[in-house]
Amino acid sequence: MNEMKTIDARNTFCPGPLMELITYMKQASVGDTLELLSTDEGSAADVPEWVKKVGHELISSENVEGVWHVKVRKAK
Amino acid sequence: MARRINIVCVSGTRERLQMAGMIASVAAASGDEVSVFFSMNALAYFVKGADEQAPAEGHFGELMESNTGVPPFKQLFKFAAEMGDAKLLPCSMAIDLLELGQDDLEPELGEPTGLTVFLGDSAGAQLLTF
Repeated sequence: MNEMKTIDARNTFCPGPLMELITYMKQASVGDTLELLSTDEGSAADVPEWVKKVGHELISSENVEGVWHVKVRKAK
Repeated sequence: MARRINIVCVSGTRERLQMAGMIASVAAASGDEVSVFFSMNALAYFVKGADEQAPAEGHFGELMESNTGVPPFKQLFKFAAEMGDAKLLPCSMAIDLLELGQDDLEPELGEPTGLTVFLGDSAGAQLLTF
């Protein structure tokens, strides 16, 4: 059963949100979905770029009332 | 294809160590082969028991100091080593001059390395100096 986990990286600055995501990504199983919450605008662009580069799957990225919700599925 | 990124840390100021740590952590976590060579004033922060933070060079350093959401530079380098296999190499000349042994350094630091070896390994790759 694949899991969905939310990582709260609000109020941390680059590269804090990415570091948080990577730390949890290492512990996750293939197929799990991680939702990263971030208030850092730079990370909103950088995190999807990292996801693409390392070969995971970006499910969605949206700004809800000033908080970025980036959903990523672990692909490998 | 993995890029090779080599970083030389010389300065002991917060801004420069932070920028070097940011590049090392993001590059290493993105699959790049990262080596960081610590010498001069930068190496002192990686001696066991040393200050966790460095003095600010200017306004931006003070801004980072007052903001708890900025990851500390030592955490960035440690992350680069643990999550991205970055090599953190102490300069052998600096170790000699500071009269240190490898046991005096933080465990994530690798073997003391001389410039000849570091430059040889860096040949043809990007080299950034802070």
